[in-house]
Amino acid sequence: MSPEFIQGIVVFVLAAFIGFEVISKVPPTLHTPLMSGANAISGITIVGAIIAAAFADGVFAIILGVLAMVFAMINVAGGFLVTDRMLEMFKKKPVVKK
Amino acid sequence: MTALLYLLSGVLFILGLRGLGSPRTARRGNQIAAVGMLVASVVTLVYVFDQARQSDALSVLWWVIILGALIGGAIGAVLALKVQMTSMPELVAAFNGFGGGASALVAFAAIVATGTIVGTDVQYATETEVTVALSIAIGVVTLSGSFVAYGKLKGIITGKPVALPGGPYFNLMLVILMTAASVWAIAFNEPMGYWILAAIAVVLGITGVIPIGGADMPVVISLLNSLSGVAASMAGFVIGNQGLIIAGALVGAAGFILTVQMSEAMNRSIANVLFAGFGTEGAAPIDAGDKPVNSATPEDVAISLAYAQKVIVVPGYGLAVAQAQHAVRELATALEERDVVVEYAIHPVAGRMPGHMNVLLAEADVPYDVLLDLDQSNPKFPHTDVTLVVGANDVVNPSARDDSGSAIYGMPILEVDLAATTVVIKRSLSPGFAGIDNPLFYLPSTMMLFSDAKAALENIHAALIEL
Repeated sequence: MSPEFIQGIVVFVLAAFIGFEVISKVPPTLHTPLMSGANAISGITIVGAIIAAAFADGVFAIILGVLAMVFAMINVAGGFLVTDRMLEMFKKKPVVKK
Repeated sequence: MTALLYLLSGVLFILGLRGLGSPRTARRGNQIAAVGMLVASVVTLVYVFDQARQSDALSVLWWVIILGALIGGAIGAVLALKVQMTSMPELVAAFNGFGGGASALVAFAAIVATGTIVGTDVQYATETEVTVALSIAIGVVTLSGSFVAYGKLKGIITGKPVALPGGPYFNLMLVILMTAASVWAIAFNEPMGYWILAAIAVVLGITGVIPIGGADMPVVISLLNSLSGVAASMAGFVIGNQGLIIAGALVGAAGFILTVQMSEAMNRSIANVLFAGFGTEGAAPIDAGDKPVNSATPEDVAISLAYAQKVIVVPGYGLAVAQAQHAVRELATALEERDVVVEYAIHPVAGRMPGHMNVLLAEADVPYDVLLDLDQSNPKFPHTDVTLVVGANDVVNPSARDDSGSAIYGMPILEVDLAATTVVIKRSLSPGFAGIDNPLFYLPSTMMLFSDAKAALENIHAALIEL
């Protein structure tokens, strides 16, 4: 295995542990926004989509590139927007208690 | 430098996820994560143009990037801004699918780009080819699985578990076939293997989710969420990008934690949820005909609520279906004006995705500090005058506590039967997704109000004003 690949595995394992640490404390109230927010982050694959689209060679590769861009962008734009919409509702907190 | 900027975006994702851990900081957290995504995207754009400048052979097909970004951005924005809060599980399922699909497409683009398909000699190292196969397999399973989940949640596909020929062995066979196709692709350098792999993965996504019942959807969505992250990570290995590896691993871990928590909330292992096809093993037909039920009118319910001191509302999926979150809030406000203390007890798997009920109640302006989770609410029920169960069933079934022969025995429940009076609003005595009878409905202290949740709440509210 190349050093880069091994380094990738190290990064993967460490990041997964950070993920476990950070997420395990989230209260149930926020599980839905957490999931849709995390979902938006998984749209990071847009980085790969940009590279694939930029250097596409031939019609078939261009189709793959456009599709990858479309899918990743739906995930990124939709994910962050809908999470924001939900969290906006959590924020306004009318105090009607007596 | 590029690598450091990807690290920065990874740090922003971590900070963003940490922000999502508390209601006060959640919105900021989401915005920080969005900035992280912007950083990663801009860095990548700079990188590709820089690559093209250094090489005469490369040019950037900028119109392909812009076209894809515009179409995808528009679709995503419209979906996100139009969706009703009750349909959130479907939307998140669909977004998961697109994310997984994008990762698989990136992996495909990578093998097409190296020319293994068009027959040139450019080759990846074996370990990278393994990640190509994993990226395709996981990404495509996430894509097709998510759309089956979407169909089930929308009601296009039956929410009941569908038995497969051979049960779990059918899917095991698909996994073996996928492994064989990958070996063929990698060891024998045969790109066709990747396409066969993808085709089988489409089937596995479908047959993997179809046998799972609608009540188990919170687990399925969490797991698909996790897989979409893992697929992104694998794509990161393919294109040698640590930004993808970090972000994908974070999401994979987040989704996995939720998957475990949801399974625990149903007292079942993940394997049991995925492979057992709960409820397919001929649940005994329910014979409720001879058992007495206290059927109540909205007026009866209004009276018992009006003279209570403490009321706990237990919302379930029926509330979401009936879009009754505003009606329940209005009733609660009317009760609070009569100095009745109203709180809400929310079971972890109430609704169709983790935290779904909390979002609906937040939409109706219910403050989050009166939302109680399982551990907070159960000690309170014995001191509660009236519990108002709105469209929930299995999560309040005392059989889970009392009847060791019950299919749901051992599942943590909200012990609403310990309250002085329990009001159950439900359209009929029909069983919930678990397909089992609920002894709660026949207790002397239980009043059954047979109606649509929204109509019932409005009628109770109207009757309350009359008092």
